Amino acid sequence: MALMRVTSPHAHGPMSTQRVMQSVLLATVPGIIVLTHFFGFGTLVNILWGCVVALSCEALALKLRGRPLGFYLKDCSALVTAFLLCIALPPYSPWWLIAVGIASSILLAKHFYGGMGYNPFNPAMVGYVVLLISFPVQMTAWAPPRGVGELPGLMEALQACFVPATFDAVTLATPLDVMRQNSSLLVEDLWSQSPQFGRWAGIGWEWVNIAFLAGGCWLLYQRIFTWHAPVAMLASIALLAAIFNDAGSSASGGSPLFHLLSGATMFGAFFIVTDPVTSAVSLRGRLVYGALIGVLVYVIRVRGNYPDAVAFAVLIMNFAAPFIDHYTQPRTYGHEKSGGGS
Amino acid sequence: MRKVFDFHGGIHPPENKQQSLQTPIVKAGIPPLLVLPLSQHIGAPAVPAVAPGDRVLKGQLIGEARGFVSVPLHAPTSGTIEAVEERQIAHPSGHRAPCIVIRSDGLDEWIECRGIEDYTTLDKSDLLQRIRNAGIAGMGGAGFPSAVKLAVQPEKKISTLIINGTECEPYITADDALMRERAEQIVSGAMILRHLVEPEETLLGVEDNKPEAIATLLTAAQGTGLEVVSFPTKYPSGGEKQLIEILTGKQVPSGGLPADIGVVCQNMGSAAAIHDAVVLGRPLISRITTVTGDAIDQPQNFEVLLGTSMAYLLEKAGYRAERNNRLVMGGPMMGFTVPSPDVPVVKTTNCILAPSERELPTPPPAQACIRCGMCAEVCPASLLPQQMFWFAQGKEFDKLEQHNLFDCIECGACSYACPSNIPLVQYYRASKAEILQLRRDHEKSEHSRLRFEARQERLEREEREKAEKRAARKKAAEAKAKQGTANGEAEEDPIQAAIERAKAKKAAQQSAADAQGGSEGEREKLEKAVVSTRKRLDTAIAKLEQAQAEGSDLVEALQTGVDKTRLKLETAETALAALQNSSDSTTAESTSSTDAAQLAIEKAMAARAAEADLSPAEKARADLEKLEQRLEKSRAKLAQSRDAGDEEKIIEALEATVERLAGKVEQARQQLQQAESA
Ligand code: SF4
Ligand code: SF4
Repeated sequence: MALMRVTSPHAHGPMSTQRVMQSVLLATVPGIIVLTHFFGFGTLVNILWGCVVALSCEALALKLRGRPLGFYLKDCSALVTAFLLCIALPPYSPWWLIAVGIASSILLAKHFYGGMGYNPFNPAMVGYVVLLISFPVQMTAWAPPRGVGELPGLMEALQACFVPATFDAVTLATPLDVMRQNSSLLVEDLWSQSPQFGRWAGIGWEWVNIAFLAGGCWLLYQRIFTWHAPVAMLASIALLAAIFNDAGSSASGGSPLFHLLSGATMFGAFFIVTDPVTSAVSLRGRLVYGALIGVLVYVIRVRGNYPDAVAFAVLIMNFAAPFIDHYTQPRTYGHEKSGGGS
Repeated sequence: MRKVFDFHGGIHPPENKQQSLQTPIVKAGIPPLLVLPLSQHIGAPAVPAVAPGDRVLKGQLIGEARGFVSVPLHAPTSGTIEAVEERQIAHPSGHRAPCIVIRSDGLDEWIECRGIEDYTTLDKSDLLQRIRNAGIAGMGGAGFPSAVKLAVQPEKKISTLIINGTECEPYITADDALMRERAEQIVSGAMILRHLVEPEETLLGVEDNKPEAIATLLTAAQGTGLEVVSFPTKYPSGGEKQLIEILTGKQVPSGGLPADIGVVCQNMGSAAAIHDAVVLGRPLISRITTVTGDAIDQPQNFEVLLGTSMAYLLEKAGYRAERNNRLVMGGPMMGFTVPSPDVPVVKTTNCILAPSERELPTPPPAQACIRCGMCAEVCPASLLPQQMFWFAQGKEFDKLEQHNLFDCIECGACSYACPSNIPLVQYYRASKAEILQLRRDHEKSEHSRLRFEARQERLEREEREKAEKRAARKKAAEAKAKQGTANGEAEEDPIQAAIERAKAKKAAQQSAADAQGGSEGEREKLEKAVVSTRKRLDTAIAKLEQAQAEGSDLVEALQTGVDKTRLKLETAETALAALQNSSDSTTAESTSSTDAAQLAIEKAMAARAAEADLSPAEKARADLEKLEQRLEKSRAKLAQSRDAGDEEKIIEALEATVERLAGKVEQARQQLQQAESA
C-alpha cells in the first residue's frame, strides 16, 4: 500500500456529526411518548409527515445546489429539524401547515443561507414563527389533554392531518394562555376553576416537560452539548417567575415551577437553545445567551400575545449571538485578559 | 502528596501503550550505513568536520556547532565517511537535507571518553560547555539545544526545574521504558541539571498511567531531594506549557518563556543524555525509539544509533508493509508522515508508528462545522477553534490574530474531537504560515518605504543647505566687490592665488584622506555590527523555528524579534556597503585630484618663473592678454550655461567670475598703461 501523506493528528475521536444528530433524535423519544400519551397520536403523525417533507426538501435543495445527496443526507440534520418543528406544532395539524413549516425551515432558514452550519437562525424556530404569523388560528389550536377531553384515535389523527376538512378539532386553551389572560382570580382559585391545571402546571404539560428534561439530561451525559445555555435559561426563568410570583395574587405571572414545567420550557432549553449552529460559541457566551433567552421567554409569556415565547426568544437571541461571541471570548492560555470586546 | 493543578480542555484518546511495553529495551545493533542529518535540532545546522574517506571512531566529532543555538554531531559508531551530501530526511515537508553518511566497520571502536568524577568542582560554564559539546538537543520532539535552555540569564531566578516524563501521546513509550530501566541515569542527570540551574525544587513529572516508571523513579530518587510527581493522564499534559500549569498552577505568559515565571523544563531523555555526557563523557549518539502500530509484529523499544534508517528498525520489529497505511514519525497526535521508510532516526525520533488502515483510518471528507463547540471544550490553550476555522476559511487574518491563533500549540485535540472531521490544525498551520509570510512582506515594503523617505529627506536637506550657502556666497561676493571698488586696490597676484588655492585643495584632500582613515575605523565597527547582528538573527530564527515546530505561542513574539533583527542587519549592511562605496570613490577621486593639484602648482610655478624674465610692460601686456582670454572664455561659458538652462547656482558663479575678470582686465589695462608710460 502506498504510504499516505497526511498532517497530524492521525487519530480521531469517536464523535461524528451523524452521531450527534442521532443522539438528539433519540433524546426526543421520551418527550414524544409522553406527548402521545397525553395528547394522542397527533404529534406522531406530525413527525412522520414532517420527516417525509424534510427529506424531500433537503434532497431538492442539495440537488439544486449540486451537492452529493448521500453524503449530506446521512448527517440526519434534516430529520432533527423535522422532529423539533413537529414536536412544537399543535398535534393534529393539517398536512399543508406542516409542509409549509418544514419547507420554510429547510429551504428558507437553512439552504438559503448556505446550508448546514451556515444558518444564523434556528431552522425549526423560523418555520414555527412563519406559521404562527401566517396561520395563527391553526397554530393555537391545542387539543385538550387526556383526562380533560376525548382523545382522537390513530385513524382520526391521520384524517386530521391529511383530510383536515373532515376533522372536527376540539381545542382548549393551554395553561399558559389561561394564566396570562387571568386578571381577577388568585392563582389558587384559577387553579381550582380551570380544568387544565394539574399538580405543578398544566395536566400533561408537566410530564411532557419532565420527559424532555430527562432526554436533555441524557444528552448532557453523552456530552453532546454543555449545561451552560439550558441551565442559564431555566435559572433566569425561575428567577423572574419567583420575583414576579407576587405570592399567587391575581397579578401573579405564575410560580417558578409552573413556568419551568409549562409549554416548551424544557423542550426549548434542551433541544432548541442548545442548537449549536445558531447559539453563542464560548461557554461564557452560552451562559449569557441562555440567560437572555430565559428573560425573553418570561417577558413574552407574561406580557405578550403569543401562546408560547420560546420561538421568538430564540430567534431574537440568534440575532444577538455574534455580539455575545464578540464580548465573551475566553481567556487564552498565557494571556492576562480575555480577548473579547477589542 | 503534592497538589497538582488541572489545565483547560484535553482529551483521552486510547493510549495504546501496552503493545510496545511487553519486552525490555533492545539494542538495535549497528546498521551498515548511518545517515546523519547536519540539522537534527532547532537552530543553525552543524558544519561538517570530516571529509569523505576519513575514518572516524565512535563518539568522534563529525559536525561542529555553528552559532549559539546549534549543537555538534558525533559519529554513532566507528567507520568511514562515505559521503557528505543531500539525503532524504524525516521532515514534515519531505525535504532533502545535507547529511554525513558513515559506512560502519562493525568494530564499534570508541574514541577516548573522559568523564568527570565530581562535576560540582567544575565551573558552571564548563559544565554547560560539556553538555553543549555532547550534542544534546531536546529529545521530546522539538529538539531545542539543551544547553541553550539551561543558560538562563542570571537575573531570572529559577524556582522550579521540571523533568518532563509525561509522554502523553498515545503509543509512545520511549520515556516510559527509559524510566523503568534507567532511572538512576535519569536521576543522576536531573541532579546535574539541578546543580546547574539551582532551583528551589526539582520535579520529575510523570502521568499516572505509568505506575512502574513512577515506582522505579521513586526508588532511584530516594534521598536526593528530587520530587517525583504524578498527575492524572490527559492529552496534552506533556506539552511544556500544560505541564508547567499542572505542576505550578502558573501559566507561561503568551510570547514569553518558562524562565519568565521561574521554570526550566527538560525532557527525561535529555536528562539521561546529560548524565552520559558529564559522568561518562559520552556524546549523544543513540536514543530510545518506540516502534509500534498494527503493521508491526513485535512492537518494542529500541536503543538506536542515530542515523539508523527507519527501514532497518522496522525490519527488526517485523514490519508488514502491506498492512501499513501511513508511516508516522512521532505519535498519532503530533507526529508527521514520512514519504518512505528510507529516512534516518534522528535525535528527536521518539517513535515510529506504523498503523493499519483499521487502526488509524484514512480521514473521511470533512462535513460542515456545526459549531458544536467540542473543539473549544478540549482546547488546552482555551482558544475558540471553530471561530478560528471560520476566519481561516475567510482568510480574515486580523480576526485570527485577535483570536490568538499564535497561541495554538497545534496539539490536535480540536481535530480529534471534531464530529465533522474537519482538519482544523491544518487550517491553523496554513494560516500561521500565511500570516508570517505577509508580515515579512509587509516588513520588507515598510523597510523600503522608510529608505525612500530617508533619501527624500536627505535630498531636501542638501538642497536647503546649498541654497543657504549660495546666499552666503553672494553676500560675501557683494561685500568684496564693494570693498574692491572702494579701495581701488589691486587684487593679489592671480598666480599666487592659484597656488594658494591649489595648496588649500591639497590640504583639504589630505584631511579628507585622514577622515577616510577615520571611516576605516567606522567600517570596522560596522562590520562587527553586521556580523554580530547576523549571529543574533541566526539565533532568533533558530528560536523561532523551534517555537514553530513546537507550536509554541512564542512564535509571534519571536517573529517580531526576528523581523526586527533582520531589519537591523539590513540597515547595518546597507550602511557598510554605502561606506565602502563612498570610501572607494573618495580614494580614487582624491588620488587623481591630488595629482591634479600638484600639477597645477607646478604649472603655476613654472609660469611664474618664466614671467620673472619679462620686462614690466611686457609682463603687463601678457597679463592683460591672458586676462582678456579668460574673460572671453568665461563669457562664452556663461552664455552656454544660460542657453543650456543650467542651475542657477552655476550661472551665478559664472556671472561672478565674468564680473571679477572684467574688473581685472580693467586693472591690467591701467597697469599696462602705467608700465608703458613709465
Ligand atoms: S468541533 Fe468541529 S464541528 Fe464542532 S464547532 Fe468545532 S470545528 Fe465545528
Ligand atoms: S491544535 Fe490549537 S486550537 Fe486545536 S486544540 Fe490544540 S491548541 Fe487548541
